[in-house]
Amino acid sequence: MFHIYCPHCCEYREEEEFHVAGQAHIARPLDPDACTDKEWGEFMYFRANPRGIHHELWVHGAGCRKYFNVTRDTQTYEIKEVYKVGEKPSVVADDVK
Amino acid sequence: MSDVTVAAELKTEPKLVTNQLPAAEIMGESPLHHADLESVAKHGPQEGGVHFHERKLMGLLTLRCMPSAEQQEVIKSLLGVALPMQPLTSVTADDSPIGKVSVRWVSPDEWLIIMVGEKAFELETSFFEKLMGHYSLVNISGGTTIFNVSGRHVVDMLKKSTPVDLHASEFPVGKVVSTVFAKSGAMICRVAEDQFELVVRRSFADYLWLWIQDASREYGLVVHH
Repeated sequence: MFHIYCPHCCEYREEEEFHVAGQAHIARPLDPDACTDKEWGEFMYFRANPRGIHHELWVHGAGCRKYFNVTRDTQTYEIKEVYKVGEKPSVVADDVK
Repeated sequence: MSDVTVAAELKTEPKLVTNQLPAAEIMGESPLHHADLESVAKHGPQEGGVHFHERKLMGLLTLRCMPSAEQQEVIKSLLGVALPMQPLTSVTADDSPIGKVSVRWVSPDEWLIIMVGEKAFELETSFFEKLMGHYSLVNISGGTTIFNVSGRHVVDMLKKSTPVDLHASEFPVGKVVSTVFAKSGAMICRVAEDQFELVVRRSFADYLWLWIQDASREYGLVVHH
């Protein structure tokens, strides 16, 4: 069971109040019509599945109903940090640095 | 089509609002009308660890905006009290222009305004007359009801139903949280040391009333009308 800090409510809440909403930082192509099928397909369907540091989008569904980002280690389940949408993570995987 | 609000659109005529309350001769029924709480209060136990009271047919308005300083001033004059900008806080004004009003933080851009049912339309109208700019105000009175639970075992009863930490050091008087409650959801506000208000969905009211009866059984439940 996670104990997740909501950056909007500014306190820790139980995991059952939250839902994960997939990988964070996926930028929608600015001009979808100009995309190749491959580019659009990768935007729509292909997601990272890293072993280690992963940036995820979560929503505080039962609380303030706001989205925010979580950096989580997929091996240990440890939540490294929580930050608002639009902010940059300070914890990133070594191969991304 | 566009997400961008054109400035000209903001300077439209005040929005027309409809009074959701029917004529005075039409009786309003709370979601727990069928439970006949009046008889339960009269004939049920008069002593126990948990006290239950439905604050029925209250007026509830949802305000959504990112208020500018100017808007905050107007809202303050309408409510008689400033919007609580700190997360999970609430304020109450006894002498606002529409009588007693309680304003509760829901999310960084959302507040719940609670007053007596008959005053909701008046406040709604004055909002649309006086408050300019980008915001949304919706009357949700018909979709919700308020449970007031109190007593020396009220925290023990609530603990069975929600994962939120209700200890006085973590949950002081005035704090408000939206959370899961008994597989449903509720907005829980501590209005006094041993008294809480639960804003619940109308459709879940009967289920939660049954749940609270069950959760209170070991402490004894006193119903008030």
